[in-house]
Amino acid sequence: MLRRLTTTARSMIGATITTVTALALASCTLATESGEDASGTPDRSAEPGSTVVLVTHESFKLPKKLIRRFERESGLELEVRPAGDAGSLTNRLVLTGEDPIGDVAFGVDNTFASRALEAGVFAEYDAPVPPGAEDLAVPEGEGRLAPVDQGSVCINVDTAWFERSDLEPPATLDDLTDPAYEDLLVVPGAPTSSPGMAFLLSTIAEYGEDWPGYWEDLMANGAKLTDGWSDAYFVDFTGGGGGGKRPIVVSYDSSPAFTVDERSGETTTAALLDTCFRQVEYAGVLANAENPAGAEEVVDFLLGEEVQAALPENMYVFPVDGETELPEDWARFAIQPDETYSVDPAEIAENRAEWLTEWTDVTTR
Amino acid sequence: MDRRHHPLSRLLTLAGLAAGPLLVVGVFFLLPVSGMVAQGFVVDGRFAPGEVLEVLARPRVRRVVWFTLWSAAAGTALTLLLGVPTAYALYRLRLPGRAVLRAALLVPFVLPTVVVGVAFRQLIGEAGPLGGLGLDGTPVAIIAALVFFNLAVVVRTVGSSWESLDPRPAEAAAALGAAPLRVFLTVTLPALRGAVVSAASVVFLFCATAFGVVLVLGGLRYATVETEIYLLTNNLLDLQAAAALSLLQLLVVTVLLVVAHRARSRRAAPIDRRTPAPARPGRGDLPALAATALALVLVALPLGTLLAGSLRVGEGWGLDNYRALGTTGSGRALVVPVTEALGNSLRTAVDATWMSLAMGLLVAVVVTRRSRSTVERRVRAGLDGLFMLPLGVSAVTLGFGFLITLDQPPVDLRDSPLLVPIAQALVALPLVVRTIVPVLAGIDDRQRQAAASLGASPLRILASIDLAALRQPLLAAGGFAFAVSLGEFGATSFLARAEHPTVPVVIFRLIGSPGLDNLGMALAASVVLAGATAVVMLLVERLRVPGLGGF
Repeated sequence: MLRRLTTTARSMIGATITTVTALALASCTLATESGEDASGTPDRSAEPGSTVVLVTHESFKLPKKLIRRFERESGLELEVRPAGDAGSLTNRLVLTGEDPIGDVAFGVDNTFASRALEAGVFAEYDAPVPPGAEDLAVPEGEGRLAPVDQGSVCINVDTAWFERSDLEPPATLDDLTDPAYEDLLVVPGAPTSSPGMAFLLSTIAEYGEDWPGYWEDLMANGAKLTDGWSDAYFVDFTGGGGGGKRPIVVSYDSSPAFTVDERSGETTTAALLDTCFRQVEYAGVLANAENPAGAEEVVDFLLGEEVQAALPENMYVFPVDGETELPEDWARFAIQPDETYSVDPAEIAENRAEWLTEWTDVTTR
Repeated sequence: MDRRHHPLSRLLTLAGLAAGPLLVVGVFFLLPVSGMVAQGFVVDGRFAPGEVLEVLARPRVRRVVWFTLWSAAAGTALTLLLGVPTAYALYRLRLPGRAVLRAALLVPFVLPTVVVGVAFRQLIGEAGPLGGLGLDGTPVAIIAALVFFNLAVVVRTVGSSWESLDPRPAEAAAALGAAPLRVFLTVTLPALRGAVVSAASVVFLFCATAFGVVLVLGGLRYATVETEIYLLTNNLLDLQAAAALSLLQLLVVTVLLVVAHRARSRRAAPIDRRTPAPARPGRGDLPALAATALALVLVALPLGTLLAGSLRVGEGWGLDNYRALGTTGSGRALVVPVTEALGNSLRTAVDATWMSLAMGLLVAVVVTRRSRSTVERRVRAGLDGLFMLPLGVSAVTLGFGFLITLDQPPVDLRDSPLLVPIAQALVALPLVVRTIVPVLAGIDDRQRQAAASLGASPLRILASIDLAALRQPLLAAGGFAFAVSLGEFGATSFLARAEHPTVPVVIFRLIGSPGLDNLGMALAASVVLAGATAVVMLLVERLRVPGLGGF
């Protein structure tokens, strides 16, 4: 028995040694990363909560310089935590409402805002909204969600292709079902892509309850579906540079600013301004935040002039502040629609699942 | 007295060895997944299992499950069909450049799905060179991509087992007049069964939980359980339906693991291990060489498209996209340059590799020791399956589960930098275990008994018998784990912090940004990622060489 026990003991010791060695190794390789973080920004603030955590989507980006200046001026340490796309972000916020994953959130858009508001994710904070941005607020989010940026999802056409083919480009949603444009359209899917969802909402706003019929016609006219925006734009669209075959695509109103021909200095694509759905992204202080005061400062920072001016080149969206100066290519080629389709956020929250199920049924029939 | 305490003390040993990995799997897998599933069962604070089960009756669910099963089965079968002959050719034959080819086959494994999707679609899409085949948006394209991704699993798992297989029984059978096919079916294949079944079960799990390729290449026409759970959780927050599908997924995976376990344990006598010198290819090897060529073409075509795309600059060709990797992209699309992300990736991969090797080794030792009682055998088999489960469960369930369960002390880990390598190590763990176990199981227990009766301590036995045989599989497993970590996107994008992105995260971001320069950079970054993987694999291969002559 003694012998047996020692065997056990030795095996246990063996396992312990392995674990200890593993942990020791861990501290070697991992130390670099965590050490770097700790020394990154010295603790300047006298406030109890000197760190403020911004939860956002994966497309969030601002120049390091701006973030550093904000940290210097506010005495806060800003930690940015990306959390998937706008949908994923919203759902993470809803799920962790009681013990939120941060203090402030940016990136919930007008198609997801209602769900977040219904779940009580955002605390009250009436941020000073820049001039021209009042119209972009969600009605039920007044005093909780501040609009930070906006951009419209529009049908884009490769104007160079249409000139070469001697064909008049389409102008409206109705045109897309015209046999003249058979097999020319590519659309990112509504369930998997945020511009795809926005385009579906455009058609719902235009055709009301008859939208499934429109989509049947669209599919019958040879529309192609892709998983995401990049796939549609870079692989299938003729104007995206990937050698695609389709000159009509669902993209953004800002896209023509990225297809400027070096020789002529002109853009080779255009957004159809009668087909647009406006996406607005919001920021808000999270309910139950550990550092609500810091969170409010972050919201103000996002609405400030510097961040507003940095939005186009860093996140490819328009500022909500109408007085912000745009980059040159944007000012020339990114033309915004005067009027856009809109669907009430509450209605979107209520019907999203049903619409997506029906869309999938119609398009994959 | 000795006898009475005997089974208990053996079980204690088992528990001691398994404690570390069990704790990790418990905290980082079982807790989050059950937390997430529980969310679906509780509606407005009341337990409502009926509504979850109702979901399973939806006709759509039936269609989705059926497509998942048959596409995964077809993907697995094809991968085996191409992979087993390739394993033979690259591990038993003296082919020129076989080390390079072995390393190259592992490259698809690390490529982010978004990039592979673009590469495949540039190849088979309407405007691509293979556009005439009309494969875009069909199950054929999905299955081809599944084979592309998983070939390395079969080639490496089966190959490393085949490499050290004693050739004498097969030679004896051939000398007695058995035809090559018969020798293969009656002598070689049974000896390789452990490795083949191991590889097949891992590939099946990878195929069944494939996510990106199904959406990208299926043109949204096809849905698998995995894509469905993603949409339900991420987009619709329909937690009941997601919980139902997660449970279904767990059930199917468990059944698969039981079947695989049965198939593995119908093992004949233990196998002698020695590493014969690779043979000169003969006429009889032609079918294997043909299959290898086909496999290489399948891997090379999309990689070639990728390489060509990365060298494309405007109307001409050049290295501009590669030069741009030291910057943050046109229009400043990135937070850090790709070069810095590569550093993050390599550091994380080192951590994930040792974590998965340490856990994998313990698990493999635990599950392969001969059991002396039924209880013990069941416990070991259960543990074996448990560590495979993470492969079969939706990453999004796990990711959301992390958020809602790891937020209370003592496991308040939601923002720990350790989460990324731990999650990657969990993904790599099944591969590590399945690479090591067949070899460990093939060791004749009598060797250990002989050593013990000569007075060797258990640690000594482990070192001089088990570890000696494990040298090569451990290297193979380490290579796998490293590659998994380099390429992992799902869990990493969920957990990585903004200032420390890995290369796949950066590539995803580049490819989602407007501007052709960013696409070019994404492709160049993918080529660099592929290159880095190939170089690491080649170094690992070099380390193998001393072992060859050793015994």
